[in-house]
Formats: sequence, C-alpha cells, structure tokens
Amino acid sequence: MNASAEFVLHLADNALILGQRNAEWCGHGPILEEDLALANNSLDLIGQARLLYQHVAELRDDGSTEDSLAYFRDQQDFLNFTLLELPHSTALAPSARAERDYAITITRNFLFSAYMLLVWEQLQHHADAQLAAIAVKSLKEVKYHLQHAADWLVRFGDGTEESHARAQAAIDFLMPYTQEFWSEWPSAQAVLGDTTVLLSAWQTTVHEVLTQAGLQLPPSDGYVTQGRAGIHTEHMSYLLAEMQSLARQHPGATW
Amino acid sequence: MSTSASIANEWPLWEVFVRSKQGIEHKHCGSLHAADAQQALHMARDVYTRRQEGVSIWVIPSAAITASDPGDKDTLFEPAKDKVYRHPTFFVIPDEVGHM
Repeated sequence: MNASAEFVLHLADNALILGQRNAEWCGHGPILEEDLALANNSLDLIGQARLLYQHVAELRDDGSTEDSLAYFRDQQDFLNFTLLELPHSTALAPSARAERDYAITITRNFLFSAYMLLVWEQLQHHADAQLAAIAVKSLKEVKYHLQHAADWLVRFGDGTEESHARAQAAIDFLMPYTQEFWSEWPSAQAVLGDTTVLLSAWQTTVHEVLTQAGLQLPPSDGYVTQGRAGIHTEHMSYLLAEMQSLARQHPGATW
Repeated sequence: MSTSASIANEWPLWEVFVRSKQGIEHKHCGSLHAADAQQALHMARDVYTRRQEGVSIWVIPSAAITASDPGDKDTLFEPAKDKVYRHPTFFVIPDEVGHM
C-alpha cells in the first residue's frame, strides 16, 4: 500500500524549504564549525527532499520529476509547514536578511527535528516500502540534527544574559507555529495514524530540553498557520524566487 | 594582534584525531575551537568527517599536549642518524631461520 502522494509531497516540501533556509548561513555562519554544521544539515535535508520528490513522481505517474516538483511549482502548490519558510529573524526585525538570528535557526531546527524524529520512527515501519527506506535513512540524520540543535539551545538558554534573552524570544515567537504539526489533516492521519501519541512524546522532549536550558515554555495558541494547505506567508515567494530562478532561466540545464 | 583579554574570551583549542577504519590507529587531522569536549566532538564530526573519513573521533585539549622544542631537534634526533643497526633490516637473517 502506498502512502498518499499528498503527504509524501508535504514531507518533501518540508525538507526542501528548511534545507534552503538553513543554506542561507553558508558562508555567513557565526563560526566556521557552525557554518559547516548548518551546510551539512541542509545537504541532509535536500537529500531527503530528492528521495521524497522521486517517490512522489512515481506515485503520481504523471511525468513529473524531482526537478519539476522543486523548481516549477508556485507557492500555493507547496505544502510545507509555515514554520519552515520563516526567515532567521523574529517578527519585528527591521530587515530579515540583515537581522539573521542564530537563536531562531537553532530553535526552529530543534522544534522540527524533535517532531521529525517521531515521524521517521513511525514511517520506518510503513507498508510503503519506498517510504520506509527513506525513513530509515532520514532517521539517522534527524537524530544528529536534534542533538545539534538541542545542544545549542541549552547552551544559549544557560549561557549569557543576551543568549538567554534571544533564545527565549525565539521560542516565544516560533512556538505558536508548531500548532500546525498537530492540526487535523486527513492525509497525515492516513499515514501516521493517531498523532496524539506523537504529540505527547514531542511535548516531553520540548519540555525536557527547555527545562535544561532554563527557558520558559510559552503557550502555543492563537492563529494556526496553514502552510501545508498552500497558504503561505509573504516570506515564501522570496525564498522560492531565489531558489527557482536559475532553473527557470535555464530549464533542463545540467553541469 | 589579539590582546590578552580577547584570547581569554576565546574558546579553548582542541586537537582532533580520527580513526579511518576499525583496527587502524587514530590519526591527528587538525584542530578547532570549542567551549567543551562534547561540543568539540560535535564540531569535529562536522568539520573532519564529512567525506566518510572516520569511524571514531578523539578530541584532546591542545593545552594538555607537551611538545618537544624544535630548537632541540639536533640534540634529540641527530644522534640516531648513524645507528642504522637499529633497523631490523640491517641484519642478514640466516636461511635456516626461515620465514619471520
């Protein structure tokens, strides 16, 4: 039995969009080691995206390819979580590009990796053998992403006054976006089953790491974003323009 | 030039050793700055094992290494130069000994 193409596309878009976002640190990392760590993280995610897009193309059997899915769809066709398309800055930063904040990067990676660890754990036993194989590979990668992000989050929370304040601001800003992980979606339920078990495991991880970091758990309420329904923020089109422009100027180019 | 204050603020330096295969020794491959040993291990993984270079990593505080003085090179190492008999290949092994 194959998983729904829609849900696999959502997983692929998540990986691609966060991979693209994190790649923005390439050459701009706070220190050389972190520059490489984030580039490694992005390459893992883009690798996952490729495998998932190839699987979507098989499931759809309509002539689409990994490239057509990544580079020739528009914003409303992307089904990624809104959390993953946000720039590396809090809401009121005067310039998203100039005000890149590593606390946002790390906190988002932490929240999403903690979630994906549970998703991949579940999917490694899925009846769709292709998806299960992708899950086994991705599980190893996401374990490291989670370790890396949690390690830094604890250092930030437990570090200087400024690093603590930035980490708290990041978690306060990002937490409401995680509601989308758990909002009702038949395509997800069809593949993952009852997500309330995943939710409580995720909350436990988040709670443990925040406690260790000395950070306060903010309420996650308010507006529930709908990126996975194709309704995106104003940041998404800029990200896509940068990512897709080359492929669209030179369709089918190889090197 | 770094002032002594900025040096004090820097993360300590760690030497990184990577073992490329089971059974092979750990080899020195470089150094990096990190706040503590655990972080040094993480960073070494990201910096030095991206091309499948390793199956195991050691990190050691650079400050813990005591090194010989390059100025003592002649005194320390020159005297070994004319003592070729210290190499096992210097000796002819009688045929009766067979394969060693």
